[in-house]
Amino acid sequence: MDIFLQQVANGLTLGSIYALVALGYTLVYGILGMINFAHGEVVMVGALTALAATKFLLSAAFPAPVVFVLAFIFAAVVCMLLGVLIERIAYRPLRNAPRLAPLITAIGVSIILQQLAMMLWGRSYHAVPPLLPETTHQLLGAQITTVQIVIVGVAALTMASLLILVNRTRLGRAMRATAENPGVAALMGVDANRIIALTFLIGSALAALAGVLVSANYGIAHYNMGFMLGLKAFTAAVLGGIGNLAGAVVGGLLLGVIEALGAGYIGDLTGGVLGSQYQDVFAFFVLIGVLVLRPAGLLGEKVAERA
Amino acid sequence: MTVLLEARNIGKRFGGVQALKDVSLTIRRGEIYGLIGPNGAGKTTFFNVLTGLYPRDAGTVILAGAPLALGEPHRVTQAGIARTFQNIRLFANMSARENVMVGRHARSKVGVGGAVLRSRTQREEEAAIRRRADELLAYVGLLERADALAKNLAYGDQRRLEIARALATEPQLLALDEPAAGMNATETAALRGLIEGLRRDGLTVLLIEHDVKLVMGLCDRVAVLDYGEKIAEDVPAAVRQDARVIEAYLGGSLE
Repeated sequence: MDIFLQQVANGLTLGSIYALVALGYTLVYGILGMINFAHGEVVMVGALTALAATKFLLSAAFPAPVVFVLAFIFAAVVCMLLGVLIERIAYRPLRNAPRLAPLITAIGVSIILQQLAMMLWGRSYHAVPPLLPETTHQLLGAQITTVQIVIVGVAALTMASLLILVNRTRLGRAMRATAENPGVAALMGVDANRIIALTFLIGSALAALAGVLVSANYGIAHYNMGFMLGLKAFTAAVLGGIGNLAGAVVGGLLLGVIEALGAGYIGDLTGGVLGSQYQDVFAFFVLIGVLVLRPAGLLGEKVAERA
Repeated sequence: MTVLLEARNIGKRFGGVQALKDVSLTIRRGEIYGLIGPNGAGKTTFFNVLTGLYPRDAGTVILAGAPLALGEPHRVTQAGIARTFQNIRLFANMSARENVMVGRHARSKVGVGGAVLRSRTQREEEAAIRRRADELLAYVGLLERADALAKNLAYGDQRRLEIARALATEPQLLALDEPAAGMNATETAALRGLIEGLRRDGLTVLLIEHDVKLVMGLCDRVAVLDYGEKIAEDVPAAVRQDARVIEAYLGGSLE
């Protein structure tokens, strides 16, 4: 029972990060109908720029919590600029191209960003200095670190604000209207280019946050970290129903828990043949399962309704 | 009466088809101006050019004395032209109220900062947008359906919702593209009442309609398009007698 609760707690932590990244995929898909496969790399850029800022600020002897916040803000600004830039130069010219074109371009952007990061930061794994207190708490028999509590709390707050922004404000309405019908939204005075740029801005800020949190969780950052994380978050978005914000949150949390439980029990279930290094397999079982059994995802609408 | 909109020598070509050729017309403030013509005469094309959905090949449009930049639809809306569609184009998965609230976008301004911080200005503007949306829903008789999703509304209600949404942009000119299409007699009568009400409230209306009876009964002046050219423009009684118009409608009577 202890292992079960422990793995659920770990899974929710990981899942909160997946959810933040999945929201970025789903926001862009909702508005543009494209999968922004470069999104995972934005998370990586967020983690590495936050790390650079952290090192600088620590050397200037700022207190740790202040460094954490400032480093995040710096990473968020860099990622937002990056996200808007990607949209402007790589996707906007292809707005009316066949759907395959932006998809392939996104993969290209992803490779470019990875290579640039490798040139800037090298191939090595960078240790991320712990900025949050390394205390643990007992909760129903599970060991929970302060980092985990911060991750889940910050992610929950952020996602709640996003849902309010999208569902309760003028800009959110404009976003939903643009997602449903860009042409008619424009006739209501909505500047589609602004809304699309805004979508990338929000998605990239969430990615920066995810990058900071995931590197705080594992204490490590490197140029290739966005790839697998991006794929998993994409899986989470598909699991929840891509294009659906609540779905991205549910899908992210669920995928995190599935993975953690899988990693926790796979050794017992296979008599020790497979170990927790097979953790990544579960995400892709889930992806295949969803695509075969329920392509629209848990909360998704029928895909045909978009056309 | 002063001139609200003047279209001069509008031309539009799709490949080898000259969809609009030298179309000029003048709409006066406060009138209901009808645009009729046989199928394929270019009525909807003219509408799409006027509202910025299609780029035009030739011509200028002057709205309230100022030239209209026709490139971007959201600017046309800002300038004061709103439209509805022949095939209804609501935001199907948003509520009736939200559809109208989107229409307020052009006339409101709180941006990202205000939305994120939930500033006082943001909350006040949001409340004002909602109030105005409810007024407009009441105006078209849909207030009790405000929370229903647009896709779940009856056909006639969807048409009226489109009009409410267009009104929310505070247009100087409201362009209705076949608003009576697919309506039964009762719904058409209600629509007619609604359009007459708009005129009483001082709005200028451009109406494309197949229902010739509705057009002749409602409009102050009517223009007739045929093969992309304007063949007549006059009061309904005169247009009805026009030889070219009668010929365009295959010699049929306009009754």
